[in-house]
Amino acid sequence: MAELVLDSVSQSYGRRQIIADLSFTLPEGTIGCLLGPSGCGKTTALRCISGFEAIQSGEIRIGGEIVSRPGWMLPAEKRRVGMVFQDYALFPHLTVTGNVGFGLRGESRATQQARIEELLDLVGLSGQAGQYPHQLSGGQQQRVALARALAPRPRLILMDEPFSNLDVELRERLSLEVRDILRREATTALIVTHDQHEAFALADWVGVMHEGRIQQWATPYDLYHEPANRFVADFVGQGTLLTGEVINDHQVEIELGVLNGHIPVECDASGCDECVRSCHVDVLLRPDDIVHDDDSLLLAEVENKAFRGAEFLYTLKLPSGQRALSLVPSHHNHAIGEKIGIKLAVDHVVAFRRD
Amino acid sequence: MLLALAVAVLVLVPVVVTFSSFAHVEGDILAHLTEFVLPELVANTLWLVVGVAVGVTVLGVSLAWLVAMCDFPGRRLFDWALLLPLALPAYVTAFVAIGLLDFTGPLQTWLREGWGITGLPEIRSRGGVVLVMSLALYPYVYLIAKNAFATQGAIALEAAQSLGLSRTRGFFRVALPMARPWIAAGLMLALMETLADFGTMAIFNYDTFTTAIYKAWYSLFSLPAAAQLASILILFVLVAVVFEQRSRMQMRYSAVGRNAATRRIRLSPGRAALAFLYAAIVLAVAFLIPIVQLALWTREIWATDLDARYWSFTWHSLLLSGLGALLVVAVSLLLAYAGRLRPANAMLWTQRLATLGYAFPGAVLAVGLYIPVAALDNWLIDSGRAWFGFEGTEVLKGTLLVMLAAYLVRFLAVGFGPIDSGLQRITRSVDEAARNLGLGPGGLLARVHLPMLRASLLTAATLTFVDIMKEMPITLMTRPFGWDTLAVRVFEMTSEGEWERAALPSLAIVVAGIIPIILLTWRGSRDAH
Repeated sequence: MAELVLDSVSQSYGRRQIIADLSFTLPEGTIGCLLGPSGCGKTTALRCISGFEAIQSGEIRIGGEIVSRPGWMLPAEKRRVGMVFQDYALFPHLTVTGNVGFGLRGESRATQQARIEELLDLVGLSGQAGQYPHQLSGGQQQRVALARALAPRPRLILMDEPFSNLDVELRERLSLEVRDILRREATTALIVTHDQHEAFALADWVGVMHEGRIQQWATPYDLYHEPANRFVADFVGQGTLLTGEVINDHQVEIELGVLNGHIPVECDASGCDECVRSCHVDVLLRPDDIVHDDDSLLLAEVENKAFRGAEFLYTLKLPSGQRALSLVPSHHNHAIGEKIGIKLAVDHVVAFRRD
Repeated sequence: MLLALAVAVLVLVPVVVTFSSFAHVEGDILAHLTEFVLPELVANTLWLVVGVAVGVTVLGVSLAWLVAMCDFPGRRLFDWALLLPLALPAYVTAFVAIGLLDFTGPLQTWLREGWGITGLPEIRSRGGVVLVMSLALYPYVYLIAKNAFATQGAIALEAAQSLGLSRTRGFFRVALPMARPWIAAGLMLALMETLADFGTMAIFNYDTFTTAIYKAWYSLFSLPAAAQLASILILFVLVAVVFEQRSRMQMRYSAVGRNAATRRIRLSPGRAALAFLYAAIVLAVAFLIPIVQLALWTREIWATDLDARYWSFTWHSLLLSGLGALLVVAVSLLLAYAGRLRPANAMLWTQRLATLGYAFPGAVLAVGLYIPVAALDNWLIDSGRAWFGFEGTEVLKGTLLVMLAAYLVRFLAVGFGPIDSGLQRITRSVDEAARNLGLGPGGLLARVHLPMLRASLLTAATLTFVDIMKEMPITLMTRPFGWDTLAVRVFEMTSEGEWERAALPSLAIVVAGIIPIILLTWRGSRDAH
């Protein structure tokens, strides 16, 4: 178990820059997640940390020890970094026991056996010890892969899209299970995924990546409620951006009214052209920021609706033609084209300056 | 990389050598060749190629269609049994056919004496050769077409049916055109074998390039003439290679659709009986009757013929096949590994070149590798005599070296295929997982790759072993003095028309040849589950 630090790491393949100036710190014993669309460089970052890719600048430290710097890297087999692969990469010629015990060496047979049993117990596969990988279900294979990576007590566990091969239901259950297992082993872990639900369910820290850069490194809560830029706002959670004008440092006016709270955009409304332009902003509205109220005088037309069981997600067309999303309890069943009353319920303001 | 290049060079040597033979033209021999020999050789070869192409396509595609898409009694049995003729070298089918159907053979004798029927078509004819070769080689087309129909045919056929085509019309308009690249690839393999065949042609006394090369070598004692003939044969072969490679490219592009659970066509009882009869006749003529005849002949002669010499034939066959298989597997493994470590384009081309030797007829390789080794030998002897007072006439020529080199070139593809695809099935993440768990490169090979490749290595070794065992022209032309093998024995007995006495060594070769077919069928059915 150790802290993982990436200090302005860059890596390029030929002329193409894959990751640029990547920095973050994952504290010891916590679970981190790199979240981003495919091709954003998150898997490459993982391979740099595991020691399969060289880096061109910056450095990577595990538990204070430098493992990668330009022109040098500690070989993968000496890093004590465990990895769970997307396709699990189990050894088909070995049993579950053989797979889990593969990385155990230099200890007595009894100690090894005890460690294997401990892990199989932890992942709930004690009954399958003698089976071969092809006899297991996808979820079971996943757990063997995790147990195999954990067995040698690595300083750090890396997981590459660990649940992408599983069906949705299993994915949710297993991600909670995995978090429990990682917690009980008190392992530092870094997980790569494109699925934000997975990231939110698993991680203490989430780094949103885009075009080779970390856009924001924060807790899931902060990421959702205080996105650092438009990309994060758009990629994480649902929501729409509405145009607005900053009135003063705690008020912003949008089509639906004035929002009060800390305004994260600095603006000088004193009159000069340049200053006034700096007061045009886009305000992020999440679906829970707009509530349905039959008595409200503010009306919006239902343009589309998606039934989610407990609630409807309505896409609303505002009088100006801008669109907003609203989550409404599902007994309020309105037809498409109908005008419904809405009101704002914004907790805090997220706004980005318009360029 | 270096090794891959070395093997690639070894493949190119025979080509360069045979073509460079035109640099030393022996006027009278060349005139003799072009005037009397070449026209007949070319005509014979063209007839043979066209005839066999039609024969194997008709037999192979029709049987593949029946087995893959229709349901009739015995279908499961025929599925693998129709591959059995692969175990019979064409030269064995050939001499059994002649022994049975010749004027003095049992069939004609019986017809003549019992019924007074004469005037059956002569078996030792163009038609006879084509028939025998087609029966021996149709499994190449059958196997590959069957897989094509089974994997891609079903979905496309269902789509065709949903668009209103009957299943029969769907076959001709959809399944057959889709399978064309596969059929073409199988056909080209069969034609390469046809062009490479020596034993059958010798038995039928049907002059083609391979037999002409052999005659130029042993009767005219003219290496240049042999080499010149070989170079013309290479041109024929290269055409086939180009077509085959093109088909393989197309196979990659048109490989659509997953393996659907095929709903086979239920044939009416009458048609099912016809289908059964057809498959049964092909199997009987191509495999069962020859085997029974071999067994009968062997029973006649084995008391007198099976003596100590046979142990030496068998021992030589086993030793050569074993050494050759070992060499081929070792080089294949290195070559495949080099490609995994350095998956560059240059490497890929080197691999392809190195495994192109399967297309070269054994007779060509024998000539093409013997000439440079003989030259090297003379140089060694000369310099040896000058410097060390060496007395002798051969250093490398009379050893197994030429033979093993020729085997390596000819059969490298046989060994490389299974090993390379086995290695490619091991995903990179498996390598990386092993390294993450603390394994270095040596440990990776020993603890992960070799155990995972065990089945592929075994397949490669078995296939190569059996192919070398059946091989005739290389063995015949480059063996050290006194190194007679089972295949050489077959050649000697058949060239004297002693079919009965050729049966014993043939039977041994066939028994060895059945092993890989069982192995392949068994692995195929295991992979399917």
